[in-house]
Amino acid sequence: MTDRYSALSLFKEGLRGHKGWKQAWRSPEPQSHYDVIIIGGGGHGLATAYYLAKVHGIRRVAVLEKGWIGGGNTGRNTTTIRSNYFYPESVALYDFSLKLYEGLSKELNYNIMLSQRGVATVAHSDAEMEISARIVNAMQINGTDAELMTRDQIIAKAPLLNQSNTARYPIFGGVWQGRAGVARHDAVAWGYARAADRLGVDIIQGCEVSGFLIEGGRCAGVETSRGTIRADRVGLAVAGHSSVVAEKAGFKLPLHIYTLQAMVSEPVKPCLDTVLLYPGTGTYVSQSDKGEMIIGGGIDRVPSYAQRGNPPVQETVIAGLLEMFPSFGQLKMLRQWGGIVDVTPDSSPLIGPSPLPGLYLNCGWGTGGFKAIPAGGYLLAHLLATGDHHPISRPFDLDRFERCRLIDEAAGSGIAH
Amino acid sequence: MQLFTCPFCGPRAETEFFYGAEAGKTRPEPASDVKAEAWAAYLHTNANPKGATREIWLHQTCGEFFLMERDTVTHDVVQSVSLRGDAA
Repeated sequence: MTDRYSALSLFKEGLRGHKGWKQAWRSPEPQSHYDVIIIGGGGHGLATAYYLAKVHGIRRVAVLEKGWIGGGNTGRNTTTIRSNYFYPESVALYDFSLKLYEGLSKELNYNIMLSQRGVATVAHSDAEMEISARIVNAMQINGTDAELMTRDQIIAKAPLLNQSNTARYPIFGGVWQGRAGVARHDAVAWGYARAADRLGVDIIQGCEVSGFLIEGGRCAGVETSRGTIRADRVGLAVAGHSSVVAEKAGFKLPLHIYTLQAMVSEPVKPCLDTVLLYPGTGTYVSQSDKGEMIIGGGIDRVPSYAQRGNPPVQETVIAGLLEMFPSFGQLKMLRQWGGIVDVTPDSSPLIGPSPLPGLYLNCGWGTGGFKAIPAGGYLLAHLLATGDHHPISRPFDLDRFERCRLIDEAAGSGIAH
Repeated sequence: MQLFTCPFCGPRAETEFFYGAEAGKTRPEPASDVKAEAWAAYLHTNANPKGATREIWLHQTCGEFFLMERDTVTHDVVQSVSLRGDAA
């Protein structure tokens, strides 16, 4: 059986008709007790399990997933990874994530197809250029890479951009982060799943949490569609359903749920080798390895759990795309979908203890959870293993709302979350 | 395009409306006695329900605030109720 992935093993398996590949992870029956249970088998939940086993040596861990792993927001995003934020707390968090992503293919022995093709956020006026310079300064002071680009540099990165001086949103320049890029989203979930499974973690799919076992005011486990499972500590990483699961545990969270849509065009030959964001239109676009244009924009403004989008936002996003790239008007759209995102009042995540002792939170990532998967998993694992915050996650505790220490990135970085 | 009903103007396109907040929150008073936890809960904490919900919406084009009962999964609207009087 072939266990390790490499060019040599691929060649050998090719000669044997690919009959020797080992199953990437097991499908075990749930045990009656674990040291740690993680609710949610998306990227964040699987990464949490991996780091618990790898960094903290805690291997009696179960990941409970009501559907299939990576089938929620991990499988619905536009795969952009970046750390171009304004506040020091955010850069520390997202740059930690980007650094983990940079070593992830090797660490997991799974090719996550990380492509650091850079992200350009275009400025449309002199005033926006000044704000861009401020963001670039903040990013550099906070220790991540950032560059202020001129109009000519932006156009050199994406020659198909609308260069007309009479454009509604003309190009004045922009913010460039060269280490940013894209990765294969399924591979991130599957890579963490396979690596965690090999360290002894039980990944249990088709197992929905219906309630919590609370003993002496403490979380002692969960009730599931496959029976009661006890645990010393429980982690919550369910993104769009955080409020629903929190309600079962008896508390509310500072979250609103919205639909975030994305869409892809038919595949075409390579014509865009970076990620482009127009704050003016709210549209962002990159090209996948298959050649499809991957297009996203702002959230639907109607709170919704429907996991499908409404036409007005599709129209806004596509109108924005055609303002950016008039030639893309020839493209046919191939697919459109929606995920539901849990948005906090300050567009920053919630990481830390929940109001129920023994239950720990990793949620509120809103529209930006994919880029944060390695950090979110690492930090939740630290909380579950030690009971205390890692210094990077401390500012993102639920208590920031009582302390009025909000980290308002919707205002700070001006990025459409 | 979904139509929402403004109690003042009748059915209009969803893009004319702005979601305000969950209905039923009461501002804690008097301010001098309100603890930080209670104030943060009032400002930020939401039930964020999956299914039936009661919300305050603004019809931006006429300025009418009103109560809308709807479903966050099916998007069915049960009713729009004017806030004139003491509906909410």
